[in-house]
Amino acid sequence: MTGAVLLGTHGLDARYGDFQALFGIDLEVCEGEVIAVIGANGAGKSTLLKTISGLLQAPREVVRFAGETIGGLRPGELARRGIALVPEGRRLFPSLSVEENLLMGMQSGRRGPWNLAAVYGLFPMLRDKRAHPATLLSGGQQQMVAIGRALMANPRLLMCDEISLGLAPIVVKEIYDALPAIIADGLTMIVVEQDLGLARLVSDRLYCLQEGRVTLTGPSAGVTREDISRAYFGARAETAP
Amino acid sequence: MIGWMDTIVQGVLLGGLYALFALGQSLIFGVMRLTNVAHGDFIILAAFAAFTFAGPLNIGPLGAFVFLLPLAVVFGYAMQRLVLNGTLGKDPLPSLVVTFGLSIVIQNVLQEIFSADPRSIPAGELTTASVRIVEGIAVGTLPLAIFVIALLAAALLQWVFARTSVGRVFRATSDDRETAELMGLDARVVYAAATALAFALIALAGLLQGMRTTVAPTDGPALLLYAFEAVVIGGLGSFWGTFSGGIILGVTQAIGFRLDPGWGIWLGHVMFLVVLLVRPNGLFPKTR
Repeated sequence: MTGAVLLGTHGLDARYGDFQALFGIDLEVCEGEVIAVIGANGAGKSTLLKTISGLLQAPREVVRFAGETIGGLRPGELARRGIALVPEGRRLFPSLSVEENLLMGMQSGRRGPWNLAAVYGLFPMLRDKRAHPATLLSGGQQQMVAIGRALMANPRLLMCDEISLGLAPIVVKEIYDALPAIIADGLTMIVVEQDLGLARLVSDRLYCLQEGRVTLTGPSAGVTREDISRAYFGARAETAP
Repeated sequence: MIGWMDTIVQGVLLGGLYALFALGQSLIFGVMRLTNVAHGDFIILAAFAAFTFAGPLNIGPLGAFVFLLPLAVVFGYAMQRLVLNGTLGKDPLPSLVVTFGLSIVIQNVLQEIFSADPRSIPAGELTTASVRIVEGIAVGTLPLAIFVIALLAAALLQWVFARTSVGRVFRATSDDRETAELMGLDARVVYAAATALAFALIALAGLLQGMRTTVAPTDGPALLLYAFEAVVIGGLGSFWGTFSGGIILGVTQAIGFRLDPGWGIWLGHVMFLVVLLVRPNGLFPKTR
């Protein structure tokens, strides 16, 4: 199921001014794998995705994608090479309709299985709302537009940042039910998720971040809840009364 | 009665020219939230460039425009890439200061080369030709042509923004630069394309201003003011709003001139202030 290494970070640091958010992250994602990145708020999950997608600067050689060093390249260049991000908070374009938002994904200029018809096939309710301003949709539908927009780029690596955030459980389930169809063609994914059960369920392997460091990594089916809670809260939690 | 109708008609035609000044300003502000303080000076620069081409080459205004248009588009693209992109950010001050500096540079360079004398682009018979609409009201052919050109320019811009993929890219980049880049765009290139398009309008406005009246190197700030007032009166985000703003400004000025020859420009400013007080977002803002 999984192939060669598609994405790797090697000793990745990230900082916002004087504040260092990531410390020496080593992460590897193989072709066709679904990776979950979990961790508490402020652990650095979004920072990691932002750095990989080029929104935050990084030295050229610390991020490798498809055999090339890509750290610090501009986000547009990375999108054209096949990295797509579903950003935290969806970030739909308010002055564009649903369909126009989806079409923006095509700016990557990449060809592949995803087009308007395929996205409408995946999320049929978007077809009826195609002419609506995207930000007038419900939260779940907006998240579908954000995912559809990223898929329209026909990426090799799809990164999703907190898809379930602020959505009702039934809506989250509806969105995650679409996942098998999304990865059917061997798409590689990194999923940042707060819902631990969901994260373990959908992923092959997981990484747990705590205060900017990887504290746990392994096959999702192999790690126990105890492992995770220790990695989540660190040694201090372990020794606490 | 017929006299007042004549005033309104002349004001509408004058407003067409103001609308043309304002469309480029509206475009640049709309896409990248940049207030180009040198906008009027670029129009004057374009007028002098057209004047330079038209005179010695003896090719007439249209011939001059054929040279001017590609030059202006390339100039606009290069200026955005090389100068203005570096001034953009959360703080609006750097772009204001840089374009203000450009304004001073352009005025002084033009004075150095052309002296302070006002000049005009020879337009032949077009300057004096007129069309009679009804008994008692005749309009100049050139002002009428300028009005129609402004109307077409506003319609074209509105169509490009609403219906084409280029317009979609402009709107998306205006909404959220970072996310637009995540889609595969380079915002620096998108901004340069928008400025190139705005400079096509600047070239057109400069040529027509130079044909309709005289231009002097220091006329730019006045044109900027009219453009700015038209944009604010019309409301941001819609080219039809900007066009209407230009017309309203033109009509107000024409009424002012009719009441008292010293009141025209002043009444235009009053109109601008009233709109700013009563409808700070302009008369026809596009709501999101």
